[in-house]
Amino acid sequence: MTTIELNGSAVTIDAEADTPLLYVLRADLQLNGAKFGCGLGQCGACTVLVEGEAVFSCTVPIGVLAGKKVTTLEGLGTIERPGRVQRAFIEEQAAQCGYCIPGFIMRAEALLRRTPNPTDAQIREALQPNLCRCGTHMRIFRAVRRAAKA
Amino acid sequence: MHSPFGTIYSTNITPDRETGIGAWSLEVFARAMREGIGKDGEHLYPAFPYDRFQRTTDEDIAALYAFVMSLPPVRAETPANKLVFPFNVRGGLALWKRLHFNPAQRGQTTPGALGYGEYLVEGLGHCGSCHSPRTRLFGEDLQRVYDGGEAEGWHAYAIDENNRAPIPWDTKSLAFYLRHGWHPQHGIARGTMGLVTDDLAAAAPEDIEAMAQYVASLMKPPSPARAARARELLRAPPVEVADQGDPGAIIYDTTCRGCHRGGDMPWDGLPLAWSIGLVGESPRNVVNVILHGIPPAPGGETTPMMPGYAGALDDAQVESLVRWMRANLTDQPPWPDVRKSIAESRRMTPSMLLFPPGGTRFDPAKTP
Repeated sequence: MTTIELNGSAVTIDAEADTPLLYVLRADLQLNGAKFGCGLGQCGACTVLVEGEAVFSCTVPIGVLAGKKVTTLEGLGTIERPGRVQRAFIEEQAAQCGYCIPGFIMRAEALLRRTPNPTDAQIREALQPNLCRCGTHMRIFRAVRRAAKA
Repeated sequence: MHSPFGTIYSTNITPDRETGIGAWSLEVFARAMREGIGKDGEHLYPAFPYDRFQRTTDEDIAALYAFVMSLPPVRAETPANKLVFPFNVRGGLALWKRLHFNPAQRGQTTPGALGYGEYLVEGLGHCGSCHSPRTRLFGEDLQRVYDGGEAEGWHAYAIDENNRAPIPWDTKSLAFYLRHGWHPQHGIARGTMGLVTDDLAAAAPEDIEAMAQYVASLMKPPSPARAARARELLRAPPVEVADQGDPGAIIYDTTCRGCHRGGDMPWDGLPLAWSIGLVGESPRNVVNVILHGIPPAPGGETTPMMPGYAGALDDAQVESLVRWMRANLTDQPPWPDVRKSIAESRRMTPSMLLFPPGGTRFDPAKTP
């Protein structure tokens, strides 16, 4: 049993300690914002925040997260009231198939919490671990810039 | 380049006449390489390793000069160095040179391939610039050359008889590693060494072979006890965790073990009992890799990688993991200063992580 603070509420999870956080989120908690891409920490589709830092939830076992704050896409806003970064992605229409976008939003959220006014180079560097195969990079880039100004 | 006394900017060495070295004659170039003196007679900072380059032959200096002058000139002003007093006073370098600069020792000293390897390693290769401890005045400690040093936030392992690699290096494994940036029994080059092996991929095979032969001669053959332990580790690397009582064991078991069991190297992780990182003099490299991982190549080339755990693991967790691995996967005593390494590693900037721009070289056809 592991208790984490998930999107502001304490949640107790009954899973083996080596279960990846991503599996807990999607299979046990039905939080499907984080996506399964590669399962190896190489694509970034599963990115969530742990204590405000972006992590690949597919390679983080639940056992190391006891007592920690985890934020998923669902923790940033709702369809009615999207969060700042989510709103910027919608306004820039920064998605094609959209599979990678939750990961990009979480990665951008971590950047803007740490660096509220990033340079273009800092945005590019921060987003480097995440992959998009549709080629919406320039829209994603503009969305992060827009979110920083919001 | 980050240093303990500030930031030093590498200068423009394209043949641009105003901002580069386009106006330099061969003689001026040779003097800079061997004596650390710039075009206008100023002393150069030893971040440029002229203390090592001084033994470069006339022939090699001329070849380097011809190559550099063949590059397209780029107009680029070098930013001013940001050094603290007294290191920002160039005149002080004259004193430094008197203390740390040996009289010129040119060319090859030992005949044959071993001597050629010595020339490359001691000179242009300047391996000792990172792999030797520094004195309090930041010169190479000439009493302890190759006993291990520091390089921009990474520990450079001893490459003499004090090298502690669990699987002892030999000429063949060194040559493979220098050429490809990884070896199935030693893992992949990372940090500043990743940049070195990335460049060496373009070196002539006979040059790599000569360097490997010379470094192997510095390391000397392993003692019978060390060789026996290596055979045992290779036969059955300890990977599984028997005792789950320690928090570090739980983190290792749930986070590391799944990949670090060998097999299809370098895509699978090295069994950590084979890692020189865990037996090394400092925990710094292990901590760097745990926190920052091995990033994939930025151009999307197929390369080994490891996700970093800076976000997922807090300082206490990283410390318990490092302590458990050191105690259970090596025959070495505990490190005294793990927390300090963690704090320093968390402050590293991406430019200090310095992974090879093209990613680690991998040629399955050449796997030994």
